[in-house]
Order: sequence, then C-alpha cells, then structure tokens
Amino acid sequence: MRSIKPRHLNRHAFPRRLFNSSTSAQPDITPITSLLIANRGEIALRINRTAKRLGIQTTTLYTDPDASSQHAACSPNSIGLGAANSYLDGERIVKLAKQNGIQALHPGYGFLSENAAFAQRCEQEGIVFVGPPAKAMTDMGDKARSKEIMTQAGVACVPGYHGSEQDETELLNHAKNIKFPVLLKSVKGGGGKGMRIVVEEGEFLQQLKSARAEARASFGEGGEVMLVEKYIVRPRHVEVQVFADKWGNCVALGERDCSVQRRHQKILEESPAPNLDDATKLDLWDKARIAALAVGYVGAGTVEFILDKDSGDFYFMEMNTRLQVEHPVSEMVTGTDLVEWQFRVAAGEKLPLTQEEIMDRIAERGAAIEARIYAESPERGFVPDSGKLVHLTTPKTNEDIRIDAGFVEGDTVSEAYDGMIAKLIVRGPDRETAIRKMELALRDYEVVGLSTNIEFLKRLCRSPAFIQGDVETGFIDKWKSELFDPLGIKPEVFVQAALGMFASSLTSSTGPHGTSLGFGISASERRFAFKTIEASEQQESEVVEVSITQKGNQLFDARVIRKGEEEQDFQNLVSAPTSSSRDTTTLSTYFPNSRIQTTVVQDPTNDHKVSIFQHGMKTELALLPPTWYEKALGLKEVTASVVAPMPCKVLKNEASEGDRVVKGAPLVVIESMKMETVIRSPQDGVIKRLAHKEGDVCKAGTVLVVFEEEGSPE
Amino acid sequence: MSISRSSGEVLGLSRQLTRSCYAPRKALSRFRRIPTRAIASYTAPYQANAISVIQSNVDSTSDEFKDNERLMAEAMARLDKLTQTAQQGGSAKAREKHLARKKMLPRDRVTALIDTGTTFMELSPLAGHELYPEAEVPSAGIVTGVGVVEGVTCIIVANDSTVKGGTYYPITVKKHLRAQTVAQENKLPCIYLVDSGGANLPHQSDVFPDRDHFGRIFYNQARMSAEGIPQISVVMGLCTAGGAYVPAMSDENIIVQEQGNIFLAGPPLVKAATGEVVSAEELGGGAMHTSVSGVSDYLAVDDAHAIVLARRCISNLNWPEKPVSPSTAYSEPLYPASELLGIASTNLRKPLPIHEVIARIVDGSHFSEFKRDYGTTLVTGFGSIYGHRVGIVANNGILFGTSAQKGSHFIELCSQRGIPLVFLQNISGFMVGKEAEHDGIAKHGAKLVTAVACADVPKFTVVVGGSYGAGNYGMCGRAYSPRFLWMWPNARIGVMGGEQLANVMEAVGQKADPKLKERIESESDAVYSSARLWDDGVITPQHTRQYLGLGLRAALSGKNEVKPGDTKFGVFRM
Repeated sequence: MRSIKPRHLNRHAFPRRLFNSSTSAQPDITPITSLLIANRGEIALRINRTAKRLGIQTTTLYTDPDASSQHAACSPNSIGLGAANSYLDGERIVKLAKQNGIQALHPGYGFLSENAAFAQRCEQEGIVFVGPPAKAMTDMGDKARSKEIMTQAGVACVPGYHGSEQDETELLNHAKNIKFPVLLKSVKGGGGKGMRIVVEEGEFLQQLKSARAEARASFGEGGEVMLVEKYIVRPRHVEVQVFADKWGNCVALGERDCSVQRRHQKILEESPAPNLDDATKLDLWDKARIAALAVGYVGAGTVEFILDKDSGDFYFMEMNTRLQVEHPVSEMVTGTDLVEWQFRVAAGEKLPLTQEEIMDRIAERGAAIEARIYAESPERGFVPDSGKLVHLTTPKTNEDIRIDAGFVEGDTVSEAYDGMIAKLIVRGPDRETAIRKMELALRDYEVVGLSTNIEFLKRLCRSPAFIQGDVETGFIDKWKSELFDPLGIKPEVFVQAALGMFASSLTSSTGPHGTSLGFGISASERRFAFKTIEASEQQESEVVEVSITQKGNQLFDARVIRKGEEEQDFQNLVSAPTSSSRDTTTLSTYFPNSRIQTTVVQDPTNDHKVSIFQHGMKTELALLPPTWYEKALGLKEVTASVVAPMPCKVLKNEASEGDRVVKGAPLVVIESMKMETVIRSPQDGVIKRLAHKEGDVCKAGTVLVVFEEEGSPE
Repeated sequence: MSISRSSGEVLGLSRQLTRSCYAPRKALSRFRRIPTRAIASYTAPYQANAISVIQSNVDSTSDEFKDNERLMAEAMARLDKLTQTAQQGGSAKAREKHLARKKMLPRDRVTALIDTGTTFMELSPLAGHELYPEAEVPSAGIVTGVGVVEGVTCIIVANDSTVKGGTYYPITVKKHLRAQTVAQENKLPCIYLVDSGGANLPHQSDVFPDRDHFGRIFYNQARMSAEGIPQISVVMGLCTAGGAYVPAMSDENIIVQEQGNIFLAGPPLVKAATGEVVSAEELGGGAMHTSVSGVSDYLAVDDAHAIVLARRCISNLNWPEKPVSPSTAYSEPLYPASELLGIASTNLRKPLPIHEVIARIVDGSHFSEFKRDYGTTLVTGFGSIYGHRVGIVANNGILFGTSAQKGSHFIELCSQRGIPLVFLQNISGFMVGKEAEHDGIAKHGAKLVTAVACADVPKFTVVVGGSYGAGNYGMCGRAYSPRFLWMWPNARIGVMGGEQLANVMEAVGQKADPKLKERIESESDAVYSSARLWDDGVITPQHTRQYLGLGLRAALSGKNEVKPGDTKFGVFRM
C-alpha cells in the first residue's frame, strides 16, 4: 500500500473551484512584522522559530509556574501573566498586545486557540488573529451545529442526536434509537474530556452525570450540554490537514492516522494513513475541503473523521479550527512549514502550493510518524506524572528526525499543564523504515526524574500489529498483554548499575590506589542491593544483590545474586567511566564476550531511584537503603494510610471521617493534569482522618486518608 | 587621496626595508665558509631523557630466570597461604558468633570505612604468627593500616574481637603502637575501631608495666592530639578498663547502641566490688554515654551507621587537601613488575642486578644515576615514583669505602633538597680484610650510618635480599626509623648468615650447638621477622612500586611538609 503516484492522479477529482476562485474580492497583502505568541511550551517555541526565520519580532507570555521555562526565554520580549491559568485570560492578553503595539497574535493549540469570542476580540482591537475567522470557529466549535452544516454540504456524519433536548430521559431515548453502544460527548468537548462510552442502557444515566460534571469542570458554562452518537466498535481516527487562504483556495496536506490512543488522547500519529486505498484517501481529502469551504474557512485546520474498520465507511467527526499538536507529521511528509503558511495566509497571501504539488511531494517524501513523549506511567493506566527532568538526552536531530520540545534538562514539568514533554517526528522513505527509525531514535531518548511513556512507545514501534498497520483506536487495549508483558532484567544491567554507582563515588584516585595489594585477599568486596521497580502494582519486586570487587585499575569481578537463581559470576571485567557528573555516569565495560555501554543516573531525591540505560532500554531500580537508614533517620512507614499517587488537586472526598469502608471503595477523587482519578481504599477499615479538603493541592506521596489502626479503641 | 598617498609611502618604506634586510644576508653568506665556533645544536627533550632510561637485560626465557621464578613462586605461595589464614581472623565459631550479633568483621569494617576505589595498605598482617605456644593470634588480633577516608589519608586500627575477644597480647600492643608511630611520623589522623576486652591478663607482665606497653597507647593519643593529629574512635564492642580510655581520650567518638560498651569495670566486676547489679547497657551502653555521661558524642544504630558517622567526622577535620602528587602526569615503568619474581633469587648468594629492580619501580624506568662509575657496589640516583621525586640508595654488592662515601654524599644531597629516600636493601655487610681496614672502612661506614641516621627526609626501606650486619644500619634498617620498612618473601635478616654465625662460634672456641645453624636460619626468615614486627609486612615484589607510592602519599600528603635543608648532620669522621 504505497502512497499514490502523482502521474496516475485524476486531477478532475478536484473541481477547479477549490483551487482558484478568481472572482472573489482581492484581499490586501499586509506582511506580519510583530507577533504575540499566546501559548506555552513546545508550540510557543515552534511558532517562535518560524517567526524568527521570517523576521517577525516575537513576544511570549509566561505564568508563575512557567517563569523559568524555555518559551519564556526564547523571545526578546516576554510578559508575565501571573497565575497558572492566565493563558486563558483573553481580555488581558488582548490588552497586552494592544499596549505593546503588537500586530498579530498566534494562539497555538489549546488555551484560546478555538475560542471564537477571543478571535472576535482580536479582530475588534485590530489585532491579526493567526487562525480562522471567528464565524468559522463558531460554526465548527459547536459540534451539533457543525454536523448540521456538514450534512447539508453532503459530508456524512456519525448517526446521533445533536439537539438541544438535554433532559436525561430524552437523551436516553435518543440513545436507544441510535442503538447501544453509544458515545456521550460534550458539545464543547475535545481531548477526551467529558466523554463517555455507554455500552448498555443500564449505566447510561450514571455515565451521563459523570460526563457532565467533567465537562463543566473542563469547559465551564455550557459544557454540560451533551450529544449522543453511535459508537463504532473498531474505529480508526483519520484526519485531514487542510489549509485555506483568503482567496478562496483550499488544499488538503494529506491525511493523518491517529488511531493509537490512550485515554482518548493520541500518542502516535502518522501520515499517510496505513492500509487505506487511494480512492478512500482522495475521498477523505475532498470531503475535508468541502467541510472547510462550507464554513468559509481560512488558515490551518483539521477535519477529523471516524473510519469504521469493518465497513470502510467514514464519518465526519469534527473540525479542529487550529494548528494541531501533530501538524509536524504533515509538515514532514509534505516538506512544508505550516506556521509559515499561517503567517502568509494571515497576511493575505495565496497558498504557496497547489493540491497537485502537494501530492507530488507526498509521493516523493514517503512517510512520517510522530510520537508524543508524555510524563506519565503507561503501566499504571497512563496516570500523569510531573517533576524535574533530572537527566535528559535526546536523539540527534537531522532533516528526517525532528524534536519539538518545550523542556531541557533541569526543567520541571509542572502538574499545572499538560504533561507532554516533547514530540519526536521521524520521516522515512516508507512507513516501515520510518517506524524502525523511530524506534532507534527513541532508544536514544533518555529521561530521568519522572515516569515517561518512552519505553512503551518503543514497544509500540516493535509491535507486529502496528508495523502491519493494523491500527484502530482500541489498539492499545487490544494488544495490552503483548505491550505490557514485563521484560526480564538481564544480570548485566545490575552489574552495570553497581559499577556505575561505584564509579560515581570515586574521588580522583589515581596512582597507587585502586589496585589490589600484597598477599592474601586484599581486594575489598562491596555489595550493592537493588530492588526492581515494578510498574504495575500486581508484580512482586525482586531484590538483587551485586557484589563488586575491585582488583586493579578499571579491573573488576562482579557477582549477581538473585533469589532462587544460581549466583552469576563475571570475572575480569574491564570497566571505565567515559563521562561522569554528580548523578550521571556513562561507563563502558568489557564483559567476557561483549562491550556494553551504559548510562547510570541516580536520582537521590526520588526514593533512591537508579535509572539504567543499556541496549536502548531503560531499567529503573531502587538502591536499597542500608540497614540503619530508617532507624537512624527515624523514618516509619505509614502503613495505615493512603497517599497521593501523583501531584494532584483534591476534587472531592468520597467518604467521611469515621466511616467504615470496604476494600475498593472510593475514598478521594483527585485531579491531575486535568484528569480525574478515583483513589480507592486498599483495605477494609475505619477512616480516622481525611487529611485534605476539596481544592487542596498535594504533592505525590502526601497522605490523603489515615485509617484507624487495627485493634485501637474506637 | 590621502589614503592612497600614505599607502604609497608604506609601500616605499617596505621596499626600503626589504633592501636593508637583504644587505646583511649577503654579508652573512660571505662569512659562512669560515668555521669559527661550535653551534649550540638543539637537543630534543626525548633525546635528553634517553640518557636516564634504564635498559633492561633480563631474559625471561633463561633457565636462571625460570629457576628464580619457580623458587619465588614457592615462597609466595607459602606467604599467600599464611596471609589468607591470618586474614580470616579468629576461629570459624568465633566469627559465626560475631556475625550472628550483626557485627561486621574487622576487615569489612575497614573496607566500608575507606573511600571506594582506594587501596588499604595493611601493616604486618602476619604479626603474631607462631609467637605464642598456647594460642594462635592471627594478625596479632588487630588490623592496622593506612587508608583513605573522605580523601584524607588516615591510620586505621581495628580490633578483631574474634581473636581471643580482641584482647591485647604483647604483640597486639606492639602492633597498635607501631600504627600510632606511623601516624605520628606521617601526621596521619587515627581512626580506632574498638572492639576489645582490654589487656590479655595471663600476659599482663608483658603488656602492662613497661614504657612501650598498654599505657603508651593513651600517652600517644594525648601527645598526637596535642600535635593536632586527630584521634577518632568508634566503639563497636567492648571497651573495658584501660580500653575505655581509647574512646575517652579521642577527640570525637561514636558508639553503636546495644553493642558498644565503655566502662572501667564490667557488670561482674562491679557486682564483686560493690554488690551493685547492673546491666552492661545500663552501665556503659551507647544511649547512656551519649545522653547521660557524655563519654561518647554520636550514637549509631549499627556498625555500618557508625562507619558513616566516622567518615563524616573525618570530612569535618578541615584537613588540608594537597594535590595528590606533584606531577599528575607520570608514566609507568617500561618493564613489567612481574619480572621481579624471576629477577630476585631466594638464593641470596646469587647477585641481584639492582638496576633491573629500580627499572621496575620508578616512573618510566627513568633513573638519573649519581656517580655511576664510582663505588659501583652502591647504586645512587634520582627517580620518581607516581610523580614523587625520590633518591634511591640501592645495594649492588658488598659495601666498600668508596661506595659508603658515595652513599653519604648522595644522602646529603637529598637532605639538602628535601627529597625522600628509598633504600633497596640487599647487603651482606661492609668489606672486611686488611686492605679495607687500612682504607678506613670503619670510618667510611660510620659516615654512611651518620648520614642515614640524621637525614630528616622521609625514608623508606625495602629489603629485597639480605639484611646483614652493619649493612642493615647503613641501609636504613628498622633502627634508623624509615617511615615504612617492607620485606620481600626471599629477604633474610640477621647479624650474619647462619653458617657464618656457626663458624664464628666455633672459632671463638664454643662447642657449636648442632641445631644453632638451623635455628639462626629460621630466625632470619622474613615471616619470622614480620611475626615480631621487625618490619611493616612481607610484600609481593611486583607491588613494590605501589607500596612505595602509598607510603610516599602517607608521608607527603595532608599536613606533612618536607623542607629542604632541615637536616642537621653530626660529625662525619673524615
């Protein structure tokens, strides 16, 4: 299934009117010279990069938690907004742009990017909003209305109810008409928030309540207005990148398959979509442009379709009226800079490429794939994580390997915002090569300090089903056992961990030191005890002891002692650190038959954690504290309590003090990275104290609930 | 316009310069043919250095080499076995009991105490070997040595309570005192890992009363503390009676709770004396001493914790950090040290080519030999060991008047310049006979002994062969206070060889004991010497360079300062 050959293209598939409508009024061309980037993180940096290249003077914004972030430092001017949620303060941002005499504003994605009222305000104040007209945004922003428009324009939509009848029983009736399973979604929704799948009638009302609550929290007033849709069992998420100018032209920059998702959020995106015939592709592009033109669209947009794997039918889902996270995939596969296009279109220029030219390019450039690197723990249900990037190394970039990142080593990923650390985009002559290159690049991506999905992404790239292009939105769930099957840890990993820690504790001892001396057993043996960190709670962690004996300069013996296994001896290992800083040691060791290069990173602030990067794999171990540690430090394990698994905000205490709860009962609802998580009781017991009230912000490890101790008087 | 004119002037000027430059060149060529003087031709540093490189003539395939190697291997195997046995400490039962109490063995304590990647230089592990008919006292029941803790070179003294409860035999006292001497001479902070029942009572007369007996330990602690040499104790077991003073006399001490005890008299003695019934913990436990009596400063949970606290104490000594070695760039010797095992012979009648030994000890096998062709039986010269410049005095045959004078001259040079001295001892004695006496061998020998005795630079002695008679004095034997004195396994020490001694006895009319020769031979053995602490240990010949390197670091790092010209020599008989 190679991409379409340009020579065979049927150009008549695209009516001329879509390209040049010379009859429309001639817009003025006013180049953009100064820009306010109303966003943060990687997208702010990415916009800034293009703006700088085009000679546009930029101003960025930052909030308190972002004060020392990369995007705040990237532009010559940066303005502080204060509280963490100020990126949403449209009125203030418009005022600042006006005060500073800034000509244009780029909203990025998220935050104000799809806020029609904000776009309107910009227009009123004479600020060029780099995005679609407010009207198009309004039309597409309301899901129910967008479907009406699409149906009129002849673009098929998923059967469902998008009406204003929001009574619970009314919605239930509609759901029954559509037939279960159905999907509940907020009309203002996006990113999976306020979205629920209802498999059967019985759970409909409960799910509806929950979806409404979440939507209200995420989108504010009006978020609770729900639509009901047919739920497709094996759907693929395919979207088309479209671009329209003020001259009435509209092109499709290929499609993207974003089916591999977790928690309804994309993690791998690629273009072209695999296993899709040319006719369907062209049909998708055509429908996407029809959709854009139907609302008088200008600028970058994405038309999302749901593709039923079983029937091959696709339906219009929604149109995202912004530049999307995964836009680099289309850029890589078409050889374009879409932010540049945005500026040019906003300035009134015509689209730089025609549809034919774009098709030629896609045929030439092959395939591109993007992996989103998130601060999260895939093994623990993808719960978000946050913290300091203690160690960060990234693959070497070139024209085929691109990294869009908002963080550098030493930065802190705040729980206040989305946990995406970076996007890694790779291009190859064909899909399989691109996937292989992606896996290799991921092997060079080293992150310590917080959990990431990097190891998981590598496994996705190795998954035969993914390589075959057998993707659907339920992909991860379907291949769960294969993707999460625990990988054993080789003894060499433990040896290298011990040698790395040994090397890191060396003070410059040269000369006569380090060698064994004299008769008898003069070489001293040192023992390291590690505990494996099992990502999922079901698994027992294993204690592995490694004893290291230094026999000479860079000459060691090592022994690995694992429970229930024979001791493994490694003799005469020649090991030397190639680089060493306080917490990070890279060492190269000659084992009997191979040389192994390893980076060992210690993160003392994080539960004695040691991260080992070896053979393109990350292993996390905990260095067992010495025997005296707890006693001498007066530490006592709080057994009868429940702690916050991640940095979070307490949304609700589900139980009250004095309640008797059973194991698995909901105790506290927390929110982290805009995701709700229910903390359940690990045991049967009586609640002694609820440590935090609603709205409290807690660090990971903070005690949330304390139980009465067994046998203590009531 | 002005620019072009000025540039024109510049051009003109340059033309003039070219002309004027050209003229003398012409003149020079006119003189070239007349040879007037030698030209100082350039000598590349490597060419200059070449004159100092020792060329080795060792043939490792020769029968002699292989013979030597075989015999040395036997001697080495014996020592290895003896050392391993000694390093195990007390009986298996005693060790098991020790471990069952969750205590660390003394050598493990030392390993945990020193910095990773550093080498502990143990002193006299064979001390006490076959010394007491009634009991084996492996390593004299005490581990001593030089180790690096938090970057500070220290003396570590660790009682081995698996050996007779860590009680002090006479040899234990001697070993403890020797470690303190090393500390005092080299200004090394002392760490005592105390776990001892005090004096060994049956031996009390050889342990208690004399100057260099038990009391001297505390005397030394007080004097060293006064000299600014820190004294740190870690109480990891019993510290009874006199032993209680080790921690009490320390600058800082650490005690392990429910394990370490400090008291002048233990519970049984207290009960006998006053009838008071009290538990050991209550009487002198860690919690009591750190919170009530103030005898101890830090309370540790266990051995490992105590060691971490001791390391912290050392890190707070504010000890001067000197660059590890004066020149960080040094090269290893050109020839493998392992060849020393085939160069040295266990048959001391065979000559030992000392240049071959030096070539395997000094940096880059570089040796600036002094007076190479004069008094050739004593080799003198400058070299470096791990970047430390040293003066080497090494025997290459019997000492003559000329060699003794040369040696005295060289030692004066080193003292004047503040260069440490390394003696490589392989000497059967000074030359005897009419000619030698007429030549004044006695006064020449006296010069050498005077020079060695008075030289106030760090001295190191390695006995690589024989150490006999006055040769021992002239070559810095134990009595001449070298900072360290080590023996090779083939080394022998005595007033003279067994055979000669028997002959002398016969000559003076004594009916020689037939067993005398045999006894003298066995008493001359390196192990016999080491068991009695006449040396700091029998070492592996191939590690000689490392031992000297570690010794030099101990003698030169921290608060040590070797000032040139500090030495005051006595009267040299001319």
